[in-house]
Amino acid sequence: MSVKIALAGNPNSGKTTLFNALTGSSQYVGNWPGVTVEKKDGILEGTKDVVIQDLPGIYSLSPYSLEEKVSRKFLVEERPDAILNIVDGTNIERNLYLSTQLAELGIPMVLAVNMMDVVKKNGDKIDFARIGKALGCEVVGISALKKEGGLEAARKALSLAETGRKGEVPHVFTGSVEHALAHIEESIQGKVPKDSIRWYAIKIFERDRDIIKNLDIGVGLMKHLEEHIRDCEKELDDDAESIITGQRYEFIQSLMSKALAKSEARKNKVSLSDRIDRIVTNRILAIPVFILSLCAMWFLAVSDNGPGTVLTDWANDGLLGTDGWHVPFTTHESSADGPYKNMDWEAAQEAYAPHAKNIEVWEGAYVEAFNGANKGKEGFEPIENVEGKLDERIAASVKAEASLEDEETGETVVDDDGKERRWTCDYAAYKASKAFPEPDPSDFGVWVPGIGALIATGLEKLGVGETVASLVNDGAWGGVATVLGFVPVIFVVFLFLAFLEDCGYMARVAFIMDRIFRRFGLSGKSFIPMIVGKGCGVPAVMAARAIENRRDQRMTIILATFIPCGAKTVIIAMFAAVFFREMWYVAPLMDVIGIAIIVLGGIALKKTRMFAGDAAPFVMELPAYHMPTLSGVWRHTWNRVKGYMLKAGLVIFPACVFLWFIMHFDWSFNVLADEEIEKSILHDLGSAIAWLFAPLGFGTWQDAAATVSAEIAKEQATATLGLVASGMDGASTAAQIQSLFGSMSKFPLLAAFSFMLFNLFVPPCMVAIAVTFREMGSKAWGWFAVGFQLFVGYVLALSVYQLGMLFSGGVFGVWTVVAIAADIFCIWAVTRKSKA
Amino acid sequence: MTLDKIQPGRSGRISAIRGEGAVKRRIMDMGLTKGASVAVRKVAPLGDPIEITVRGYELSLRKEEALNIEVDIQN
Repeated sequence: MSVKIALAGNPNSGKTTLFNALTGSSQYVGNWPGVTVEKKDGILEGTKDVVIQDLPGIYSLSPYSLEEKVSRKFLVEERPDAILNIVDGTNIERNLYLSTQLAELGIPMVLAVNMMDVVKKNGDKIDFARIGKALGCEVVGISALKKEGGLEAARKALSLAETGRKGEVPHVFTGSVEHALAHIEESIQGKVPKDSIRWYAIKIFERDRDIIKNLDIGVGLMKHLEEHIRDCEKELDDDAESIITGQRYEFIQSLMSKALAKSEARKNKVSLSDRIDRIVTNRILAIPVFILSLCAMWFLAVSDNGPGTVLTDWANDGLLGTDGWHVPFTTHESSADGPYKNMDWEAAQEAYAPHAKNIEVWEGAYVEAFNGANKGKEGFEPIENVEGKLDERIAASVKAEASLEDEETGETVVDDDGKERRWTCDYAAYKASKAFPEPDPSDFGVWVPGIGALIATGLEKLGVGETVASLVNDGAWGGVATVLGFVPVIFVVFLFLAFLEDCGYMARVAFIMDRIFRRFGLSGKSFIPMIVGKGCGVPAVMAARAIENRRDQRMTIILATFIPCGAKTVIIAMFAAVFFREMWYVAPLMDVIGIAIIVLGGIALKKTRMFAGDAAPFVMELPAYHMPTLSGVWRHTWNRVKGYMLKAGLVIFPACVFLWFIMHFDWSFNVLADEEIEKSILHDLGSAIAWLFAPLGFGTWQDAAATVSAEIAKEQATATLGLVASGMDGASTAAQIQSLFGSMSKFPLLAAFSFMLFNLFVPPCMVAIAVTFREMGSKAWGWFAVGFQLFVGYVLALSVYQLGMLFSGGVFGVWTVVAIAADIFCIWAVTRKSKA
Repeated sequence: MTLDKIQPGRSGRISAIRGEGAVKRRIMDMGLTKGASVAVRKVAPLGDPIEITVRGYELSLRKEEALNIEVDIQN
């Protein structure tokens, strides 16, 4: 027979730390009230079958919050063999409030007073024996953080569980209440489990509907009991629930006046936590400090030279890609003789760049010329690269010319006189460049080749065919690399958040921001997910878990991903470069639109029946600041990163393989070359759904295909668009994409803008959608979230395109009417009177 | 005087809690019961919510909830 011990306690009481210490499992310690939403259990260390059941952090066993309901359902229905109740010794009065309720359940209980190290340091004294006697349980002092006493407390609970020895149920109420309770107890005997009769009696007294409903009390009896309750209420001039709550606290207060000796010296001392708070939530300084901390996160995660970006570049190009990377601190200037002597790696690459460009440009031109010259000859197969096919006569006449694209922006370089700058290279220059040695990275430090490159060489050595190589490298490994490539940013964001949460600052953020967010139906706690959403929607949805009110949490999940995330920024950057070059405001405009959707969407959702009703009370503990432990922050961060990688791996990896497959094969599973994409399955799928996007101005298979791949990972849209547009006229990718949009709409700019809006504001990528489904709690809610996001994205793109055409070109049609109708609906949804 | 109108730095004893249902229970569960002493510590930078000390710890609540808490001022 296994033994079950329930671990119960307030949020911030150190429960999670103790749980980790007892079970050795890696869990996370936070400072935000209500972070332990899910049920966790583990085996007590040193035993085989003693299960520690971790209950959510709760303040009470009322019937009003989900966590409390979950906890009491477990305690009453599954009746653990013992309860290990952890209380915060530095905040003992409020913590014992829950203990008085737990003690009434008639389950053997050990009370572990945590943070005794701090209590002792403060010079306070707690009389355990007196508390134990009053509550009818054993009391021990522990320090979960310092790993002192926790295991002993658990062993004590275990021995109580084995003997089944429970203490006297405490009597905390005054005469008239006890009188009524005694009456109730008498009349429900035999109808409820004997051990917890007291608990049931109190619940009946409180008129707790959840409990009464499940008991077999006749209407007549209930009426009789109701009389007793009413008499008591009349006598004490309060409602029954408040009487019970009030008297519990009075009981604790009088107990504490005897059992707690506060150090006189400390009474008037300002603690460090208070001093920090004076700055952090100061009327004038609070918001600057907050903005500063956000900027710090931004710098760390996504700024150009921040560690997040540096790590991402390293991961994408160096570690996972086809390049490679130098082991830090081993880099040095080359000492090898040759053109790169005494140069560092960067300078050497720069020195070689024109030669690389020469080779690339000239070889391209040569292949074209060679194929052109031999066209029509019997048995001639067009070549794809120069290798071994260098015909001197043709080569001598090849003079390559190409536009020059800026490395960073991808824009064509234009000189001051308005002409495109051209890059030219003739055969002689090519031969010179070809003879010029490429810099060898291992001359400049310890060089590690990229995994992508290793796989490519590995496959070559194995001699597998081109298709298999492409599947492994572009499909499978590309998928893995996409997932892993985001890990650095996510890691940095999570690390920062874990620190802020663990030190107690997050609760203050909610305190500062609440005023703004409640206006559109959210609470101050909704702010964090939206900030995180700027980096990535997946952690944003996960961060919403810290919002204890389920309704606020769901609304936050639905809205948080409207903030353009890091991957969506790639789409914005591309469209800004291709279409809106003069319009610097396009990128910030997208953030503004995202915020506007959140505000208006919040207002509209709040008015629906699903989200209507009384606002959840914003009654939140502001836990004392403390320095987070390294292991706590690390565990917290790592758990989330691990969660992301698993989820993303399971979703993105197969999706990338699938996408690769439909891009490279036709319906009879023939392999296609890159330029044969029009025969691909992707082309047909795109064509099949393109009509959906016609009213939005981009109803071509290319755009449909790009939109579909954007759902796999948002930045995929740009890659797919580049690939599918290659069939269009135009020298550069940018020109091809421009002509793609030009080919289908008389208003290519509007169509492009509409395409961008659609891809930014429809549901996020598949991973985020999968996480949304999980966090919303049910399929129905998941579909609601996705449906809402789809509606918003579609209507937004539709309105912009149709109304844009109407105003700039006077185009009016059925879809104009639809767009106007949809807009009127939206305005109504936002402005109508609330149902609540 | 109701709790939302008390200036930061002042304290008193709760004389009554109005309201009903989940909100009232929640407020009381957190230790704001009749007879408890409370001190208002500060108001959030944007004017709401407020931060109070009750039963030895810090709690924040919105003014609309504090409105239901009647306090006898002591200093």
